[in-house]
Amino acid sequence: MLQINNLVVEIEGKRILNGLDLTVKAGEVAAIMGPNGSGKSTLSYVIAGKEEYEVLDGEILINGENILELEPNERAARGVFLAFQYPLEIPGVSTMTFLKAIMNAQRKAREEEELTTPEFMKRVKAAAEKLHIDQEMLRRGLNVGFSGGEKKRMEILQMALLEPRFCILDETDSGLDIDALKIVADGVNSLRDPARAFLVITHYQRLLNHIVPDTVHVMANGRIVRSGGKELALELEASGYADYREQAA
Amino acid sequence: MAEITPIRTAAEVALVERFASLKDRLPGSGDIARRRDEAFALVAAAGLPNRRVEEWKYTDLRNAVREAAPLAERPADAAGLVDRASAFAGVDAVRLSFANGHFVAERSDLAVLPAGVTVTPLAAALAQGHPLLAEMGKVAVARGNFALALNSAFMVDGALVKVAAGTAVDKALHLRFVNGGTAPFATAPRVVILVEDGASVTILESHEGVGTAAYQANSVVELVAGKGTAVAHTRLNAEQVDAISLSTLAVTLGAEARLTSLGVVTGGGLSRHQVFLAFSGEQSSLTLGGATMLRGRQHADTTLVVDHAVPHCESRELFKTVVDGEATGVFQGKIIVRPDAQKTDGRMMSAALLLSETATMNNKPELEIFADDVQCAHGATCGALDDDLLFYLMARGLPRAAAEALLVQAFIGEALELVEDEAVRGELVARAEAWLAERA
Ligand SMILES: Nc1ncnc2c1ncn2[C@@H]1O[C@H](COP(=O)(O)OP(=O)(O)OP(=O)(O)O)[C@@H](O)[C@H]1O
Ligand SMILES: [Mg+2]
Repeated sequence: MLQINNLVVEIEGKRILNGLDLTVKAGEVAAIMGPNGSGKSTLSYVIAGKEEYEVLDGEILINGENILELEPNERAARGVFLAFQYPLEIPGVSTMTFLKAIMNAQRKAREEEELTTPEFMKRVKAAAEKLHIDQEMLRRGLNVGFSGGEKKRMEILQMALLEPRFCILDETDSGLDIDALKIVADGVNSLRDPARAFLVITHYQRLLNHIVPDTVHVMANGRIVRSGGKELALELEASGYADYREQAA
Repeated sequence: MAEITPIRTAAEVALVERFASLKDRLPGSGDIARRRDEAFALVAAAGLPNRRVEEWKYTDLRNAVREAAPLAERPADAAGLVDRASAFAGVDAVRLSFANGHFVAERSDLAVLPAGVTVTPLAAALAQGHPLLAEMGKVAVARGNFALALNSAFMVDGALVKVAAGTAVDKALHLRFVNGGTAPFATAPRVVILVEDGASVTILESHEGVGTAAYQANSVVELVAGKGTAVAHTRLNAEQVDAISLSTLAVTLGAEARLTSLGVVTGGGLSRHQVFLAFSGEQSSLTLGGATMLRGRQHADTTLVVDHAVPHCESRELFKTVVDGEATGVFQGKIIVRPDAQKTDGRMMSAALLLSETATMNNKPELEIFADDVQCAHGATCGALDDDLLFYLMARGLPRAAAEALLVQAFIGEALELVEDEAVRGELVARAEAWLAERA
């Protein structure tokens, strides 16, 4: 599903990713853990296509196609989805309007018919209920006045509605209370599918108790420095990152 | 090299000659003729405003008006001209139509006016010396204004509208100004609306160009709103992009009154929309808004002066300007709080969105406060679309143009939301969408 080879990325002349390699297979849930500033969000932005990052070397393949030259919307049309670490507020665009616009844009890109309003409402209602999102919130400006946890749930709602094939969750667990964590994890688990893959960025083992990963990768100084199974997360929880900081330096 | 400014430009000379040759044929005599002379004296003394005149710093009329176009006669096919207008067509309203500044009775709903509403064509009113003419020119902060004086000198036609005390008018009154011709012309329509105590009314004002020749429009609407009135006013400038379009709204707002006025500009080559408003009674509230969308080489100036002359009034001003291409937007907003106007609550915001590198915005909000117990604030912003927001929307699958359009709509939408009437707002939203669609 995802294959990254020797990815080298700079921003404002500062090197952030340093020859990163990573493979995530279809059906797999891969977790990335790593110290603050190690480049996890940068990696997620570069996969999603944020402009300001300069890719100096390497490639990102989604199902064998190099997506580096594609616009963010073209990547989205190929199934890439990023749940932002810090979802943005858009005053003046109601959440409903936004959801309809993005769902129809993706359907259009896939040459599917636009959703009828009743069909759209039905889908949103069902997905919102699962995530315990109040209907009233959907009428407000996108993310405007939402709590940190509500914004994260809104990201998962979008993911559920767009049904992407490659989902990146950037610290979706931070800011969630224990109940919300469970709700979000259930939401993600219900999307697990042999044809879909997840890249879950987190600092805490706790999330991985709910979303059990197939693989765990440790990122330090812009590189994957160790990979293993789910037990690696437990090990990190006990030992911290001290070893890896040295190793990468 | 020293700049040599001629005493009068060709356009100014033409204006003087035109007034001299026309004045005896313009409607009204006695007092009215004397007021025309006074107004024109002001025009002649000042000449066309230019960038050295503070009030007109960003909109240099002397430079823009190279030739003064002749005052428009009533067009032969006035009704046909009006029939080509489309503004607010989907809104159920009582229409009062004006073609090149002349009242068009056959396209006005005089026979089916709502109860309590009376309308007198201005030419007739001027000729007979109608008592409502006394309501003209009451706003002190508008006195001496060039566009207003020019209109006062040349006004040929228009309407006097009265909404009787206590009347809740259930249909909007639509002042439909339509301009069109095959040779250049100038207009000077004048409308006075008296809303008596306790009455409420929705007023729509549209300005459209449907001809082939460039023209110079200069309309004035005066609103005198009595005690306890509620008025919603929406003005749409959809003039031809080669037109010079001046329009003025002068308001006297009585006690315990509520007024919301939104100006939407998408048309005009060079346009200036002025609002002069004086609070004349306590406990009133005012919301002024603007939504301007410019492209190409358009230039649009919104200038307002809000005069808090009495205590305990509230004003909110929210102006949004979207500038694309090589266009220029201007916002000048002044809130005056007089020494007696304690407990004034005034907040003014002007925000501009620049969609191209060559777009320009001049933003000048001002407060002049002479009272000590007041709450006033103003702000101005000017910037491009937020890259992070664009990325967020594109990462969700929206192509760049659609993502930009959504953000522009959100930006301008905040001003359009000031319009409560759904049908009116719907039309304005549709016009904003059409503007955006043309951009893609
Ligand atoms: N726009 C930017 N300009 C300059 N430096 C940046 C920019 N974006 C990220 N960086 C730098 O890149 C490095 C990696 O940042 P990134 O956000 O990817 O880390 P992270 O692993 O996600 O950290 P955290 O765990 O705190 O979320 C940091 O040192 C950060 O300061
Ligand atoms: Mg991060």
